[in-house]
Amino acid sequence: MLSFLIKRIGLLIPTFIGITIVAFGFVRVLPGDPVLLMAGERGLTPERYEALMKQFGYDRPIWVQYWDYLNGLLHGDLGQSLVTKKPVLDEFMQLFPATVELALCAIILAIVIGIPAGIIAASRRGSFVDQSIMGTALVGYSMPIFWWGLLLIIVFSGWLQWTPVSGRISLLYFFPQVTGFMTIDSLLSGQKGAFTSAVSHLILPTIVLATIPLAVIARQTRSSMLEVLGEDYVRTARAKGLSERRVIGIHALRNAMIPVITVIGLSVGTLLAGAILTETIFSWPGIGKWMVDSITRRDYPVVQSGLLLIAAVVMVVNLLVDMTYGLINPRIRH
Amino acid sequence: MKTKLLLTTALFAALTVSAQAKTLVYCSEGSPEGFDPALYTAGTTFDASSKPVYSGLVQFKPGTTQVEPDLAESWEVSDDGMEYTFKLRPGVKFHSTDFFTPTRDLNADDVIFTFDRQMNKDNPFNAYVEGASWEYFSGMSMPDLIKSIDKVDDLTVKFVLNRPEAPFLANLGMDFGSIMSKEYADKLDAGGMKSDLNQKPIGTGPFQFVAYQKDAVIRYKANPDYYAGKQAIDDLVFAITTDNSVRQQKLLAGECHVMPYPNPADVQSLKDNPDLTVMEQEGLNVGYLAYNTMVAPFDKPEVRKALNMAINKQAILDVVFQGAGKIAKNPIPPTMWSYNDAVQDDPYDPEAAKKMLADAGVSDLSMKVWAMPVQRPYNPNARRMAELIQSDFDKIGVKAEIVSYEWGEYLDRSKAKDRDGAVLLGWTGDNGDPDNFLAVLLGCDAVGGANRAQWCNEEFNNLIMKAKSGTQEERTKLYEEAQVVFKREAPWATIAHSVVHMPMSAKVKGYVMDPLGGHNFEGVDIEE
Repeated sequence: MLSFLIKRIGLLIPTFIGITIVAFGFVRVLPGDPVLLMAGERGLTPERYEALMKQFGYDRPIWVQYWDYLNGLLHGDLGQSLVTKKPVLDEFMQLFPATVELALCAIILAIVIGIPAGIIAASRRGSFVDQSIMGTALVGYSMPIFWWGLLLIIVFSGWLQWTPVSGRISLLYFFPQVTGFMTIDSLLSGQKGAFTSAVSHLILPTIVLATIPLAVIARQTRSSMLEVLGEDYVRTARAKGLSERRVIGIHALRNAMIPVITVIGLSVGTLLAGAILTETIFSWPGIGKWMVDSITRRDYPVVQSGLLLIAAVVMVVNLLVDMTYGLINPRIRH
Repeated sequence: MKTKLLLTTALFAALTVSAQAKTLVYCSEGSPEGFDPALYTAGTTFDASSKPVYSGLVQFKPGTTQVEPDLAESWEVSDDGMEYTFKLRPGVKFHSTDFFTPTRDLNADDVIFTFDRQMNKDNPFNAYVEGASWEYFSGMSMPDLIKSIDKVDDLTVKFVLNRPEAPFLANLGMDFGSIMSKEYADKLDAGGMKSDLNQKPIGTGPFQFVAYQKDAVIRYKANPDYYAGKQAIDDLVFAITTDNSVRQQKLLAGECHVMPYPNPADVQSLKDNPDLTVMEQEGLNVGYLAYNTMVAPFDKPEVRKALNMAINKQAILDVVFQGAGKIAKNPIPPTMWSYNDAVQDDPYDPEAAKKMLADAGVSDLSMKVWAMPVQRPYNPNARRMAELIQSDFDKIGVKAEIVSYEWGEYLDRSKAKDRDGAVLLGWTGDNGDPDNFLAVLLGCDAVGGANRAQWCNEEFNNLIMKAKSGTQEERTKLYEEAQVVFKREAPWATIAHSVVHMPMSAKVKGYVMDPLGGHNFEGVDIEE
């Protein structure tokens, strides 16, 4: 296990260097630059443009800029946003908990519903239940997120008034951020009703964000289960007279889980990388929206360091997922 | 059961709070970039900084573009128009917050500090954040204009200019003229916390800053010491909601009281809702199609005029603006002083246009029409507009090809003097002065820059240069004349001025729409 870890962490270094090059290069190959966008319709004289490019250091050769960026990274300096003038790391740390909170809720919902749904569908292959579950999963998978989110808002917040429209907590509650997780901070605040408000604000965005991973997990569980259910050891288990519940729950499920965990791992990565549409619809202050805004404004430091931070998170999650394989299937214990 | 519990808790909380304080929630459309308005150029940032927190020497009378006293209770202009002496209001207090308590009232040092940091490289706050470029201050040519700012006494400041400039007063009413506390800045400097000037603002405005949670909520409370009296609402909250459909749902659900920029297609249903009021006003903007008057055959006014006559503006208004606009005939909007209503617009007449082109010796004309890639107040859908213009031109035998670039690139390339084609663009006024449209967009100095028509007409230019000084009456005459020349020469097809809608709860009273496009909650109340 230790050698596996060392090997994997060793691999992270070249991956990181690769990401710095991609992130640095990506935003610079886009047409337009931050100075032009800042000036807008007003425009700038060529002299003023030159002066501003010089002030930002963008007049220097590209490799000098890259070296400066890398040098800053090695010293723990991720740079400062051209727009808000705040350190990139500060902004990331402020927004990331919101993304994590929502992503965790969504992935838990997707697992809690997706896996049982997949198992039920597989165990009743071809039945009406199977077809209904897989049909629903297909609809969920193909659902345009923006439309789905708005529909839920109109029905549940507009007509029924069961849930709030958007935001993380009712504006009536005001307390300092401690952990950045609204559910935890609301409890810490001790304000009456704050926790319930935070939870009620999580309901709709969680459903919307969970929709696609839920469908993917359900479909993956079903196909993986079907494959395993045809194996000899399952036939043996049944022949031994084990109950269907034990056959599926113990013998089949554990073996069918490996691809499902891979899918879950990949979903977590994607969700943490920012669920831009869900964040936009529900005015959820997370990193997905932050990144897109920064790309639109060509906020170079935010894009290049933000991408790096997000990539780091995704890599750590994938590493953790790889480690869990061993817990489930001893044959791939590292 | 759980739902009931949720509702009861929320209701209980709402009742408890409403008994304590009056809170107005504004569903704003985006996050502020920072809280030092002079560093930025975006309206969203001004709404969150200069409008609630700061005051200027002068301000625009609510609902108009007329300059009136703010922190300066009076001023005198020297006969040669080169010196402006402002008398400050005595006893004006800066905000007392948990991060700063002022020890003195507003004085001349604060005014000098406000502008000096924007023009003097040696001022410790000139580069207090990385990349501070004071873009608006520079954009309005203030560094070239201001020779010196002198303290006459504690409550008197004199601005000496390098040349007479009639719009100078209006410029001071702009957001970069928000007066900062020098005492606060000095304290931040001494504590090595200079960047807080952009994060934790201290001003003299109607509301004081409480907290900002990035991309989510900004909180303010009424300034108890505001010189014009404490506001009727106790708390002002900006709930940042970027999507306009969601903003609308929040308004309908009672989660906010006021929302800007509704979806044009939804305006009618909002107007029909008895719980809401929808205010409307023509925006201080213009959307236009600028020909390149330096390139043949667009160097001939009759060709440009013929093309103008081929454009069905009413169809554009219906399709692109969905009725939320007004046909433009002049380069300045109708809400601006000196607007010449006597000017006749070019009629929509494709047959006559065809004939005019033939008379001008132009046949088989092919051209490019540039469509912006972004949505702007003066043009909600440039691509669609370009398509309509393309089909209009097709009817008179002119083949138009639509081109577009990424926004930054678009702005840059469209400035080129040898640019191929006509450009869709527009402008939103900064200070309500006609100079801010006519000189900036059509003056000879702006050719190769903001003058996308590359149009330098001596007669027009002389009029607008002359109008840079003089009384408002004299200036009005000159600008009216300039609009006649503009219409005759037709460097642009003036398309439309947008109409801005502001839906709000019917309980909100006293809101006044700002023709300059800002959102200001001074004087607003909520009816219980």
